Amino acid sequence: VPAGLIEDVAERQFCCAGCRTAYAIIHEHGLDRYYSLSEQRAAPVRPTGDSFESFDHTAFDALYVETLPSGLRRVELYLEGVHCASCVWLVERVPLILKGVARAELNVRRSLATVEWNPVVVRLSDIARQLDVLGYTPHPYRGAARNAIRTREDRAMLARIGIAAAIAINVMLAALALYSGGGGGIGAEWERYFRWISFIVVTPAMIWPARVFFAGALASLRVRALSMDVPIALGLAAGYIQGAVNTIADEGPVYFDGLAVLIFALLVGRYLQMRGQRAAADSAELLQSLTPSTARVVEDGTIRTIPSEALVPGAVVDVRAGDTIPADGTVESGASALDCSLLTGESKLVSVAPGDDVFAGTVNRRGGIRVLVTRPGETSRVAHLMRQVEESAARRAPIVQSANRLAGVFVAVVLVLATGTWIVWQAIDPARAVDHAIALLIVTCPCALALSTPLAVSVAIGRAARHGILVKGGDALEALARPSLVLLDKTGTITEGRATVVRWSGPDFVKRVVLAVEAQSSHPVADAFARAWPGVAAPVARDVRYTAGRGVEGIVEGARVVVGSPAFVLTRAESSGVASRTSEALTTILVAVNGVVVAEAEIGDTLRPDAAPAVDALRSRGWRVGVLSGDAQPVVDAVGRALGLPADDCVGDATPEDKLARVQAELRSGPVVMVGDGVNDAAAMAAATVGVSVHGGAEASLRTADVYLARPGLAPLVELTEGAQRTLAVIRRNIAFSIVYNIIGAGLAMAGMMPPMAAAVLMPASSLTVVFASWRARTFDGGPA
Amino acid sequence: VSVLYIVLPLALIIVAAAVGAYVWAVKRGQFDDLDTPAMRAVDDE
Repeated sequence: VPAGLIEDVAERQFCCAGCRTAYAIIHEHGLDRYYSLSEQRAAPVRPTGDSFESFDHTAFDALYVETLPSGLRRVELYLEGVHCASCVWLVERVPLILKGVARAELNVRRSLATVEWNPVVVRLSDIARQLDVLGYTPHPYRGAARNAIRTREDRAMLARIGIAAAIAINVMLAALALYSGGGGGIGAEWERYFRWISFIVVTPAMIWPARVFFAGALASLRVRALSMDVPIALGLAAGYIQGAVNTIADEGPVYFDGLAVLIFALLVGRYLQMRGQRAAADSAELLQSLTPSTARVVEDGTIRTIPSEALVPGAVVDVRAGDTIPADGTVESGASALDCSLLTGESKLVSVAPGDDVFAGTVNRRGGIRVLVTRPGETSRVAHLMRQVEESAARRAPIVQSANRLAGVFVAVVLVLATGTWIVWQAIDPARAVDHAIALLIVTCPCALALSTPLAVSVAIGRAARHGILVKGGDALEALARPSLVLLDKTGTITEGRATVVRWSGPDFVKRVVLAVEAQSSHPVADAFARAWPGVAAPVARDVRYTAGRGVEGIVEGARVVVGSPAFVLTRAESSGVASRTSEALTTILVAVNGVVVAEAEIGDTLRPDAAPAVDALRSRGWRVGVLSGDAQPVVDAVGRALGLPADDCVGDATPEDKLARVQAELRSGPVVMVGDGVNDAAAMAAATVGVSVHGGAEASLRTADVYLARPGLAPLVELTEGAQRTLAVIRRNIAFSIVYNIIGAGLAMAGMMPPMAAAVLMPASSLTVVFASWRARTFDGGPA
Repeated sequence: VSVLYIVLPLALIIVAAAVGAYVWAVKRGQFDDLDTPAMRAVDDE
């Protein structure tokens, strides 16, 4: 329970009314044991205890804080750990807890809190500390400027859709009067009246909501490229002008109802597409907000905390163990090991010493270092990567566009057919000519077609995201639906990506001395030992000497201890015989005390438990599975054998360039899906038809990947291919349905067998069918295979 | 039926008013966040 909400008098403490009610209900029914169960699972609220003093800095003010006319200040903060209704309740209680806070409002979906406060009464750092105590660590939100643009875009789009919908409905009502009177029950005077009414009502739709299509078409013509807006704009303009001429001349069909509905349907499709593209950009944005917001800068021997945006090249920052490096730079003093997985995907720690380059976003794991800043803020490598992620997300052309283009062509064809029908029927039966042309226009309204793809894709992407699969665009789904070749990276994809003690044979007392000599090392082997025996306390070792790539030796409690590869240890100790390795993929480590080998360990990167079932599932669905790794060939071969893959498809010793070449070579014979993490896969993933980056994967891979699996292991990959297959089936079904429907409808109307009234009833039925089919389809809800 | 000459324009004016209200609501940010307000309903104070 957050400290700020503790009621001294109460026997039990609650974070919110919801918990209190829940507790009352649970208690009443004698189910108190629930709490003893849940306590073991739930992570306790752990405030960082940071002072947040940088939030009061003037540079912070200039960057994030807005001063309102009333004298209040406003800031947007990204909060960690927001998930449910009680979070809303808690965060929005802050004004009650802290005097001077005028307003705190939380957007749950984006974890963004808007806080307004009176700077005279309270400081922002106090508010930040309060939020931290409640369990929501605040970070300044850096996308504020972009966020404002996005909000404006969203609102404009919503306004357009609303207007288009209102107009479409009203024009259809007027059209209903025209069609039902079409049999001759309407007087010429009233017919003219309703035609004029629809003309007047549809005009604002052409001027406001449809302007996006005209603007888009003009822009694309100016750069001499045909975008999907051109046929749409052409169709809309032709229909409108022809309708206007016919209205004024008082003869021939008017197309206004079809136009109004088309504008509405196309706008809805575009809105769904826009939201899909943002999902990817959002995740990048959040990561950016999570890179450190403050830096401890060293000035004249004293250390001050300032916002990392205020750093300038040449400044020296102090980075403690556990801190994230705030800017790109070079190490000035101190030595440590960094976790660079954000950039490289390698979970292995990287040792740094004075003179080495370090990058913003990497985490200092060992000792304190001082860094001379070379590229702060927006110029840093991580900021550069984030920009590329956004750009590629915006550039990708989803299959949505092809459906829109189809709809545009469709409009043109329908207009031609309608005119043709009218001319032909003019010769056969002039009195019915207008009726049949109108029936054709109504019944062939392409909104079902325009909605079919974007709806199915956005429903699928939304459902996939709920299952921890982030898909950037519809084109990736399209490619993943057909089985082809999938190349898997080994380290971190098929395997756990870190060294683990697989086998240990030796007395327990040896564990202590091994940990003692390895304590100072950042080598993966040292990490493996430390993880394997977390409860073992190590004594202090003296005279520790490392031999790179071979082993380590030192004195522990007077005994001479050697730990390392067999070759290294056996030159320094006697052995009664070493067991042979159980697998090529493992590394043997010997431990000698006072010149005698006493223990033996095997260390390796173990397979993820779900790797083999996932590979089997993919293969049974017709995928060819291969391994492409930078690791040594024998290790890759061993992994391939464990998964039952043919030896030809398991390639080891591959440099990033080799991986790229291999992907390019395979692309000549068909689509390639590259699955990996880390910077050394980035080029191969970009070249592949679809790049999939797996959990733990780096931002570098997200930049080039089309799909990001936020859950560990390969099981989501199987789900992804199945979901893609189902999505494509839904799209095909939708398109086939709307085309068949339109062909039959158009045929009947041209043959003069469809009264306009029946057409008006059938038209929305086709759209509703498509909408219903898309929502109902269980594209990604089938669960793991 | 000539009442249509009055009723229809009247209906259109009402529609225009409704659309105007909608656009006003959109511009005021009423549709910016559709998830949180539903959760605010649990506040009983």
